Amino acid sequence: MSNVGTNGAQRTVDTLADTSISVRDLSLYYGDKQALIDISLDIPQRQVTAFIGPSGCGKSTLLRCFNRMNDLIDDVRIEGLIELEGHDINAKSVDVAQLRRRVGMVFQRPNPFPKSIYENVAYGMRIHGGVTKSEMDDRVEWALKSAALWDEVQDRLKDSALGLSGGQQQRLVIARAVAVQPSVLLLDEPASALDPISTLKIEELIHQLKDDYTIAIVTHNMQQAARVSDHTAFLYLGELVEFGGTEQIFTNPRERRTEDYITGRYG
Amino acid sequence: MLSHNAGGVRSWFASGEPWVWMNAAAVALSIIAVVGLLGLIAVRGLAHFWPADVLEVTYQDRTGQRVTLGERVESEFIPIERYAEASVREDDDRAAGLDVVERTLYKVGNRRATPPDFMWIYSHDIVGTATPESVFVLERTEWGNAYGYLESLTDDGVVVATGADAAAAFLQRMDAATELREEIAALEGGELNRINYGLEQLRLEERRLVIEGRDTAAALADIDAQRQVLNADYQVAEEALRQLHGALARSSVTLRLAEGRTIDVKLSEIVRAWQPNLMSVLDKLGHYGASVALFLTDNPREANTEGGIFPAIFGTVLMVMLMSILVTPFGVIAAIYLREYARQGTFVRLIRIAVNNLAGVPSIVYGVFGLGFFVYFIGGTLDELFYPEALPSPTFGTPGLVWASLTLALLTVPVVVVSTEEGLTRIPRSLREGSMALGATKAETLFRVILPMASPSILTGVILAIARAAGEVAPLMLVGVVKLAPTLPLDGNFPFIHLERKFMHLGFHIYDVGFQSPNVEAARPLVFATALLLVLIIVGLNLTAIMLRNRLEQRYRGVES
Repeated sequence: MSNVGTNGAQRTVDTLADTSISVRDLSLYYGDKQALIDISLDIPQRQVTAFIGPSGCGKSTLLRCFNRMNDLIDDVRIEGLIELEGHDINAKSVDVAQLRRRVGMVFQRPNPFPKSIYENVAYGMRIHGGVTKSEMDDRVEWALKSAALWDEVQDRLKDSALGLSGGQQQRLVIARAVAVQPSVLLLDEPASALDPISTLKIEELIHQLKDDYTIAIVTHNMQQAARVSDHTAFLYLGELVEFGGTEQIFTNPRERRTEDYITGRYG
Repeated sequence: MLSHNAGGVRSWFASGEPWVWMNAAAVALSIIAVVGLLGLIAVRGLAHFWPADVLEVTYQDRTGQRVTLGERVESEFIPIERYAEASVREDDDRAAGLDVVERTLYKVGNRRATPPDFMWIYSHDIVGTATPESVFVLERTEWGNAYGYLESLTDDGVVVATGADAAAAFLQRMDAATELREEIAALEGGELNRINYGLEQLRLEERRLVIEGRDTAAALADIDAQRQVLNADYQVAEEALRQLHGALARSSVTLRLAEGRTIDVKLSEIVRAWQPNLMSVLDKLGHYGASVALFLTDNPREANTEGGIFPAIFGTVLMVMLMSILVTPFGVIAAIYLREYARQGTFVRLIRIAVNNLAGVPSIVYGVFGLGFFVYFIGGTLDELFYPEALPSPTFGTPGLVWASLTLALLTVPVVVVSTEEGLTRIPRSLREGSMALGATKAETLFRVILPMASPSILTGVILAIARAAGEVAPLMLVGVVKLAPTLPLDGNFPFIHLERKFMHLGFHIYDVGFQSPNVEAARPLVFATALLLVLIIVGLNLTAIMLRNRLEQRYRGVES
């Protein structure tokens, strides 16, 4: 069921998976400047979708549309439709806080709160409330285990999260996002500030997490995209140039611009 | 060789070393100035409490030879011209041939008996000095110190001891008298204060009933019954007080002054008595400590030139704490709105500039504003609405503690706003986004992440506010500080803290003692002592806040990025 979008890119992927996030004709403007141009694509459930492209191509901006983080920036205007599991996320009736609870996000630089490790993971649950102390303990443990951090921090949950290494902090932030049980995880260059070993751990973690979560990852690193993702979208100057299975994109790109980028001719 | 040297100087300048030296010199100068100032205040203030030896000075006067007892205060040299002007003796030739004349100031006390209580004596007039062992110093509740020799001790008009026996008996009686005095103070401050306050409340209650037209016979009878009870209590307390006073007034001592006259001093008029010339250094140290403690804990006497300054310490600290409690939420909320919620633009920038400039408005202007707005407008309105029974005498419509605190809070709010805003801007955007991305609203993010992280900056603002407010005097004179407050703003009567009361303040106390005092020489050391205490209190308040801030900063260290 492959069909061709308005901008020429493939819009859906040949897969049996259900669609988690579906984007139709999305354009985004910062003031007068258009940052995303007519983007349409479907992000499949419980798989990893990578967004690649040179700096400034709009891949982070696109990711931030999925949990409406762009609302925090003045003068941003969005046209088009974004649906999460069939519901328009930009509709007036949508509670942004509830949306962000379902669509977790991890940022480029680890940003743990200046609180204890435990409190960092518990933060989201405390915000949303309705969790007893023992449930909280269980959920914190479960989230830290999901983020492959439990073994390293189980003896010092009360210590400040700022004492952790960069890689540990980033996994803590993932645990924090997982703890509120989202359905989608948005990872915005999660390993770009980390050393190679920490990067490897994050990538292994992504592999594990995709069984339970829909993952969208923005990365600069094409090897990383090739390693961790099932699908890859290539953006260039605000346009979705090509979207397809990762293997196909990296071995047999349909578009010339995609090929130029992945072979390192620009970027 | 010369050119080589010139190059040496030039390269020395180029190396930047001269600037380092200049910086070091400037810092050293500042430190010397501060330490010197504090040292001067400390020495002049603390020396006041030392029980100096009492000298018996025999000196020549116009009328012949005279004797006096006194503590040496200071000596100075004055030029002969000034001496000639000051001298009343035409035929004076004792100072002939001298260029400068030395004179010494003695505190001779015995005010009322032999004024003045401070006296300059020229060195060339002095025939001889001695330190007689048996001399007594009596610190009196009125008229200052008395210096003299103890003649006899009298009980109920009967002489019970004379000479050396009298001293021992007298000191023994003094211990009992001190206890009696404490009992009297406890009775006046506790029971009598409670009764008077209760009676005043009943009077107001009755007035209120009349004004509101609810003055039924039953209600009035109820009030009358309560009044009866209080009046009965009053009779009892007054009788007890009368007896205590009687016991205290039973004994008196006869003191022979240096020139031979005798005066009678009742024990009820004596605060403390000591024999400085008999005291060892250790005794004197003990006496010194007791004097300092008395200064810190006692009420002022004698137009503030004697006794302690406890009400002023209490008023200063309470006012500053109230001010901090008022200014912190006010400033923090304003800063949060300006930084987090208001749409940044020209208008907000103008407001910010205006707030910053508020810090530069002379403080007396705030005093005038506080008097006009807080005291007369808000206080007057409160009186009309809630305290009509007390009118025409105002309750809140008169300068008082709460208005002084509010005025100072207004004065210091720009400081808190500015430093809170700085703290808010420093918090990295990534943390706000991290919190929002977890589904927190803006307000939740503010309360759970941003405000805790900005708390060190908020406290910095509060520290600056305290430093500024504790030293302010001018506006306080208009909105609540008085020379002598009859009661503390905190006591045992409900609601315990009386915000409408006037209070005393160390800064104003310095001004009052230093410039409004009838007795300049007696007041001078107290000015220094009070100034030292004010500085110490401000330092103490600041240190507390700084320690709190440092602990918070430690917790949030490493997030700035």
